[in-house]
Amino acid sequence: MYSQGLIGADGRTEETPEFLAAFQARVDAEQKIEPNDDMPEGYRRTLVRQIGQHAHSEIVGMLPEGNWITRAPSLRRKAALLAKVQDEGGHGLYLYSAAETLGVTRKQMTEELLDGRAKYSSIFNYPTLSWADIGTIGWLVDGAAIMNQIPLCRCSYGPYARAMIRVCKEESFHQRQGYEIVMTLARGTPEQKAMAQDSLNRWWWPSIMMFGPHDADSQHSDQSMAWKIKRFTNDELRQKFIDATVPQAEFLGLTIPDPELKWNEEKGGYDHGPIDWDEFWRVVKGFGPCARDRVAARKKAWDDGEWVREAALAHAEKRRARKLAVAAE
Amino acid sequence: MTGEVPLWEVFIRPRNGLSHKHVGSLHATDEVMALQAARDVYTRRGEGNSIWVVPSAAITASDPDQAGENFEPGEKIYRHPTFYDIPEQVGHM
Ligand SMILES: [Fe+2]
Ligand SMILES: [Fe+2]
Repeated sequence: MYSQGLIGADGRTEETPEFLAAFQARVDAEQKIEPNDDMPEGYRRTLVRQIGQHAHSEIVGMLPEGNWITRAPSLRRKAALLAKVQDEGGHGLYLYSAAETLGVTRKQMTEELLDGRAKYSSIFNYPTLSWADIGTIGWLVDGAAIMNQIPLCRCSYGPYARAMIRVCKEESFHQRQGYEIVMTLARGTPEQKAMAQDSLNRWWWPSIMMFGPHDADSQHSDQSMAWKIKRFTNDELRQKFIDATVPQAEFLGLTIPDPELKWNEEKGGYDHGPIDWDEFWRVVKGFGPCARDRVAARKKAWDDGEWVREAALAHAEKRRARKLAVAAE
Repeated sequence: MTGEVPLWEVFIRPRNGLSHKHVGSLHATDEVMALQAARDVYTRRGEGNSIWVVPSAAITASDPDQAGENFEPGEKIYRHPTFYDIPEQVGHM
């Protein structure tokens, strides 16, 4: 799903000016950087953090939706939601593998998520209160993820770019199945339409916060742009998203919960009202309505799975020993 | 036993007639689980009809610092057909 503007980037690096200039020249020439290539420590660290956050977001993002699989209103919806949630698990795995090429282990990343050192997208700390939320998440949250992730397919780091190409191919289905759910509700009974509107009211602002702080307030963003980890600024991506989404809401006869939203002829895009950044930081720092539940659910899965991991390793060891014994006969 | 679940590289053949191509990696305790996981992670939409899994530790890679010596053999342009001047009317084979 769901990369978010990187939280807490740190592009500091200590290489010689010659080394940094040579690296920058490669990036400027649009050459991809591959795992064993020399790279500035700041580049490596930024990517480890960003890809890790992105992977965690995919995995934690399975929770609010997984919550509705058993209650999906029809077999068609259930099959689609199951497939979508399974895709998100896959996205997490592609991304963890991409991060591992930078010398961090899966275990380290998992531990950092569970002990709160690593962040994930703030959007998943909100609850899914109604079936309409499953539609809205697909429409807005996967939609925002698409805006964010398409430029990442051209990221300078090869393994991340390749993972994003696979991810982007799958996101389009997520967004469309979500929009179809919201459309069905918006064209249904007055109660169903009200459900869709209520859901849009709750998810709109968190969705546009997914692009991260305003450009003026996002430190280190320039370095990520120079290294071509990022191709567009947070505000540019947010603007694209709003411009694409407002007509989609109008088509449904739903109202975006922003009284200051209006078309600006001069810039050829919508102006929007102020974003509540205090709320954003509260949620990022783990004070969102569901933050405790999310991490607790991941921790439970990790702890409950321990005996399975141990048994699988023991079984593999036993098979290896048996093979050796047969070979020695 | 180290407690770390080993890493595997996954190769998929999109269809008969094409080579297996590297698609990514995954963790699994043995080759049976690696194949099963590769199927779940990398072939959810008909991406292929055959999977190879190889322990990542079994791969020996060339050194990127020697890419210059290895892959840019200087001015050996005489290895390419365009190096040779042949009149147009002779045609190509
Ligand atoms: Fe995803
Ligand atoms: Fe998604």
